[in-house]
Amino acid sequence: MTVESTAARKTTRRSSGAKRTTSAASAKKASAAQGTEPELVQLLTPEGERVQHPDYDIDLSAEELRGLYRDMVLTRRFDAEATSLQRQGELGLWASLLGQEAAQIGSGRALRDDDYVFPTYREHGVAWVRGVDPTNLLGMFRGVNHGGWDPSSNNFHLYTIVLGSQTLHATGYAMGIAKDGADSAVLAYFGDGASSQGDVNESFVFSAVYNAPVVFFCQNNQWAISEPIEKQTRVPLYQRASGFGFPGVRVDGNDVLACLAVTRSALERARRGEGPTLVEAFTYRMGAHTTSDDPTRYRRDAERAEWEAKDPILRLKTYLENEGHADAAFFEELEAESEALGKSVREAVRAMPVPEHMAIFDHTYADGHALVDEERAQFAAYQASFAAGEGE
Amino acid sequence: MAVQNLPLAKALNESLRKALETDPKVVIMGLDVGKLGGVFRITDGLQKDFGEDRVVDTPLAESGIVGTAIGLALRGYRPVVEIQFDGFVFPAYDQIVTQLAKMRARSLGTVKMPVVIRIPYGGGIGAVEHHSESPESLFAHVAGLKVVTPANSSDAYWMLQQAIQSDDPVIFFEPKRRYWDKGEVDTEAFPGELHKARVAREGTDLTLAAYGPMVKTCLEAAAVAAEEGKSVEVVDLRSISPLDFDTIQASVEKTRRLVVVHEAPVFFGSGAEIAARITERCFYHLEAPVLRVGGYHAPYPPARLEEEYLPGLDRVLDAVDRSLAY
Repeated sequence: MTVESTAARKTTRRSSGAKRTTSAASAKKASAAQGTEPELVQLLTPEGERVQHPDYDIDLSAEELRGLYRDMVLTRRFDAEATSLQRQGELGLWASLLGQEAAQIGSGRALRDDDYVFPTYREHGVAWVRGVDPTNLLGMFRGVNHGGWDPSSNNFHLYTIVLGSQTLHATGYAMGIAKDGADSAVLAYFGDGASSQGDVNESFVFSAVYNAPVVFFCQNNQWAISEPIEKQTRVPLYQRASGFGFPGVRVDGNDVLACLAVTRSALERARRGEGPTLVEAFTYRMGAHTTSDDPTRYRRDAERAEWEAKDPILRLKTYLENEGHADAAFFEELEAESEALGKSVREAVRAMPVPEHMAIFDHTYADGHALVDEERAQFAAYQASFAAGEGE
Repeated sequence: MAVQNLPLAKALNESLRKALETDPKVVIMGLDVGKLGGVFRITDGLQKDFGEDRVVDTPLAESGIVGTAIGLALRGYRPVVEIQFDGFVFPAYDQIVTQLAKMRARSLGTVKMPVVIRIPYGGGIGAVEHHSESPESLFAHVAGLKVVTPANSSDAYWMLQQAIQSDDPVIFFEPKRRYWDKGEVDTEAFPGELHKARVAREGTDLTLAAYGPMVKTCLEAAAVAAEEGKSVEVVDLRSISPLDFDTIQASVEKTRRLVVVHEAPVFFGSGAEIAARITERCFYHLEAPVLRVGGYHAPYPPARLEEEYLPGLDRVLDAVDRSLAY
């Protein structure tokens, strides 16, 4: 999926979401779980119009704006390449982030190097801004490892498949930061489905009780595989935070500027020792949950069309063009860079080696284990028996 | 004074104190571990001496306790977590099995998980439901975890410190009905390997293999058997994963008979694993099939029936007789 192909399907429907500010009165009106726009923090409308917000303003240079655009375009290109690779049998599965680029790039660009990220399994854009080699993300989907990178090298933890588990790891890590007297912070990602999990709620309890410097970033993409948000909650998710004793804020998840501003503010709050924040990025999963899934069985085409009109990349492109922040050469160069990225990802996946047989036993224990040693020796002898047979 | 006569519970307390003194990264976490000193007082006085930052009272949420311990370990800490009772570990079982056990392998060895989870386990104290179970096999089955259990004060003191020093996650089962039994602890003696079994009593006619609370029961059974002219060897396994089959094998090659005793249900229990492997290793040495004595395939019974459920002297001696009758 390229920016252009999304653009071709762009509808002309004007969203009612361009409200300029959050007000107490409008907040009261929204009680449904999907509680639409009134409460969203938004800095860039779906039409690419810059709007102000009293609490979350942001001042970015043209270069920074182009940087965010570049991140989103390249992330979408990487994601599209991975989806293609799955369709061609090169990956066993892929969890696409299509539509969630702004939520991930905006929040990810709010981080400092010494902050730590706990992702789910869809944070390809966050990995990108953390400088993680995109190839590393593909190992588990190709079936050559279960993660396979050193989390400390980019302060980006391994993907976690069991929903919500990582929010507790994030909270514990943040408790450790506080013990160390450091001023870094933790950003924990999860989805609307995971918000129902006990672990997410326990992490809210622990982080509040210990005033841990953690920001919970929920990408509410409206669907947990086939279950709509109405099956997860009766109140807007960000409102849950108040019950745990810390602030929650809903941001337009398709607005990269608002995601950046709100996450930056929450991280600064954590650094000041003021504890956790829940950010609910109101966004949409344009694709399937994973490539194993068929969204046509459970959701309407019209819904997707509605969200395509709010495309995070298009709106920033419109803004960049209208303000003269980027010229045609910029977009052309980025297109070329994008194609090159796709090609390199494809080559890297195909070149990814299948691990040696004996790797089954590697890294199970740090200090060794008699049973593992025994079974490793048996397996080695079994493998060697084939080699002996071939020699005859 | 290096040698002290301490109850097992106090030996654990001294061990934790030593660990807190030795390594500033050691953090104790759990329900009631602070002012109360734990429901069994294992952490008694530690918060007073080391502060709330080292001995951390937690919210009442087991998954949260273990999950945040994992995060602390990722930050370089060595959390020692207390679960109040055996039957309460299950809300944390997901974190232990899907996260704690696999983190190292998933990171291709770049991440260490030096987390100890202390669980008072087993019956015999007249407790209510969920306070008397023996879930050790459920943990031993999971690759990435280590599972150990001391049977006396000396092992309580030394094994807990060794578990804390390990870079692997260790599930540390404490035989709660032996908490008040006294034993000698030499705080300066060089400890044996954490995962090596110990011959607790020498014998020539039959081997009893046991761990945790059943070691004492088996030693008592061996003493009674001796009065009947039977020489019974008792092996204290100490570690359930890894399991020291070499020591059991050496004993069985000498005695030619093996009875495994544990409180947990026999079905799919650690005794089944031991029976299978020892049968493989010692097939031509065995004079009788390996027998097992343990709990039944029924929920742990109400306290008034637990003496019927738990292996006692009579059931162990009955198994000894059955084995010798082959």
